Amino acid sequence: MTAEEPEPKPLTDAQVARRRRGNLVIALALFAFVALVFVITIVRLGGHVFDHP
Amino acid sequence: MSVAELKQTPATASLGDYIALLKPRVMSLVIFTALVGMVVAPGMHDPVLLVASLIAIGVGAGASGALNMWYDADIDRLMSRTVSRPIPAGRIVREEAAALGLVLSLFSVLALGLASNYLAAGLLAFTIFFYAVVYTIWLKRSTAQNIVIGGAAGALPPVIGWAAVTGHVPLAAWSLFLIIFLWTPPHFWALALCRSADYERARVPMMPNVRGERSTRRQIFVYSLLVVLSSALPLALSLGGIGYALVAACGGAVFIVFAWRLLTAAPAQLRERAMRLFTASILYLFLLFAALLIERLAGVPPLA
Repeated sequence: MTAEEPEPKPLTDAQVARRRRGNLVIALALFAFVALVFVITIVRLGGHVFDHP
Repeated sequence: MSVAELKQTPATASLGDYIALLKPRVMSLVIFTALVGMVVAPGMHDPVLLVASLIAIGVGAGASGALNMWYDADIDRLMSRTVSRPIPAGRIVREEAAALGLVLSLFSVLALGLASNYLAAGLLAFTIFFYAVVYTIWLKRSTAQNIVIGGAAGALPPVIGWAAVTGHVPLAAWSLFLIIFLWTPPHFWALALCRSADYERARVPMMPNVRGERSTRRQIFVYSLLVVLSSALPLALSLGGIGYALVAACGGAVFIVFAWRLLTAAPAQLRERAMRLFTASILYLFLLFAALLIERLAGVPPLA
């Protein structure tokens, strides 16, 4: 048996915009992490990583 | 806060609120001391990997801050110093802070393991665990020795930095740990002397609330003597040169004077002298580590 939850108020335009910005920041942070791992991998593989046989 | 308001809250938080969750001032101190540990450690390391390691260590510190704010939201609400933090102010829900802290912990440890080695990553993981679980969840609310023992978390960054460069942690690295570890009690107790009403309200057993302000002032003085003594260790372990020796000697003398003045303060002078010691402690630690960093970058030979 659950208590009825009140309906959430609809978000204002400013709140929607802020949430979109937040989502964008999360996406950028994830991209930055992926880029960091990529750079670390390239550096650790050393100078010949771009050589092709 | 009603459920509806909770559902609305995440949309009202700004980027600045999420950054505040990470305790950026603590992050900057962690990054600085870790950098010193990296630079004074022997051997060369790829600058890209060094920067990546530093980023990982800084993010790990931020993760610890977020986890601390998640758990301490109830007492932060009761203290004037912390009531405007994002969670007690209602801008971020606790669960979001916990999620952020856990995700950043995972990412930072993983990144440090990739950029350096598993010893440094393991030390960072331990530091985050120690701060979030041992200090925040256990010690802070249960003992007046909370920041003494918990201070180990703040003292580990130079060791982590050293480990990231060399892959091991010799006595010299632990000398840097010891300086910060012994510095932590006078630093935080000086602040606690001025905020005892806040801590009383939140039922946090800080030393002034548990043993009284006279005992706290005596202990501050003793720890101040110990930290100044410990600042000689880098000289004996071939880390510091003449510049560091001068900074350690002069800075140490000034620090002890401030601690003595707090010890002998009349009631009306207590608050002012406690805040002066608090401010002096920040400058003292910064100058000690800056001296080590500058000397190493300038190629100044160690005294021993």
